[in-house]
Amino acid sequence: MIDKWTFGLTMLVTGMGGTLLTLLFFSFLIYLLKCVFPYKKEEEIKGEE
Amino acid sequence: MESTLADALMALVGGFINIHWTNIVMIIVGCVLLYLGIKKGFEPLLLVPIGFGCILVNIPLAELMDEHGFLRIIYDFGVITELFPLFIFIGIGAMTDFRPLIENPYTFLLGAAGQFGIFLTLLLALALGFPNKDAMTIGIIGACDGPTVIYVASKYARHLLGPVSVAAYSYMALVPVLQPPIMRLLTTSKEKVTVMRSDKKAVSKKAVLLFPLVITIIGGIIAPKGLPLIGTIMLGNFLKESGAVARLTRAAENEITNIVTLLLGISIGATMNGDMFLKPTTLLIFGLGFLAICLDTVCGIMFGKLLYVITRGKINPLIGAAGISAFPMSARVVQREGQKYNKRNYLLMPAMAANAGGQVGSIMAAAVMLSVSQGMGIL
Repeated sequence: MIDKWTFGLTMLVTGMGGTLLTLLFFSFLIYLLKCVFPYKKEEEIKGEE
Repeated sequence: MESTLADALMALVGGFINIHWTNIVMIIVGCVLLYLGIKKGFEPLLLVPIGFGCILVNIPLAELMDEHGFLRIIYDFGVITELFPLFIFIGIGAMTDFRPLIENPYTFLLGAAGQFGIFLTLLLALALGFPNKDAMTIGIIGACDGPTVIYVASKYARHLLGPVSVAAYSYMALVPVLQPPIMRLLTTSKEKVTVMRSDKKAVSKKAVLLFPLVITIIGGIIAPKGLPLIGTIMLGNFLKESGAVARLTRAAENEITNIVTLLLGISIGATMNGDMFLKPTTLLIFGLGFLAICLDTVCGIMFGKLLYVITRGKINPLIGAAGISAFPMSARVVQREGQKYNKRNYLLMPAMAANAGGQVGSIMAAAVMLSVSQGMGIL
């Protein structure tokens, strides 16, 4: 059984770090997604039709 | 004959005899919640059923939360099994437009910073003597997201379900009151008037459609214990963006969300029994919840200030306050505050992006918390 401070500090570091790194990775993936599937003007025309 | 008559009369006045002062206080609390929901418009969809559930459960001898009581049946079916918050997430996903976030992926980072209050409050709760699981449940109020709070509370600390849910929904409703003073305090006059270039970058339909799939797969692989949260919100969004299942999307947005909101609200209200609710710890939980949301705002704005420095003044730090999950309330607060200092400043779209980032961020923070705690053998 870990003591509460070890638990709290581990949670603080891995929680904040894990959330930040995961969302940083998501943001990189979305940039990538936008590069692979860029917006094309035709989509707008198709949508209007 | 006389004793039978006396018994019959006793049955009618038994409720008055058995009512405890804690029940009376909680019936008043229920009425206050109804008042806040109806008259003040604070999250009425949740506060009205919660308030009514609170009144129902505090009426003595009705046994609504006993083994065969109707509130117990609803509670066991949807809250204990964690199904209700997940159903609500499908509806939220179907109602959310992630396009502003996809247009500006950097705002994901503001959504991450807006969750730091969760972990700082967790540490504070531990310092105040709460056990590990209770501290995690209290910290998650900082997610500023009702279904996430209910999901985590039903996993870690069911006895805290009532206070943490009411705290979460009350503070979500109070975001327009809580955030502006912190925003004013932490930003300089120069930062407040920063005009953000409105460079609306259109995104392709394929990117919008693939977004929920990518987040589900990668998010699920990183934090598998949080997959029910990530998966359901992204399922709702995928239904909407696919454009192929309009009936299912409408059902998720309307029928499913409405029915589950009603049942979830009444079940949460049913946990607010006087004996369980009226404790000093409840006040402490409300205090810590308040702190959690303030800390989220502080961290979001501080991260916004960092981006302001890195981008040499191109990002208004005020949008950092929208990195929480109260969508779209927080983005509107940022827009209103920004315009107070510069009438030509339109912060709504970047703030919406940060707010959508905050929604994903709050779910990811909960997912990380669940997975890390399982790794440490807590769950």
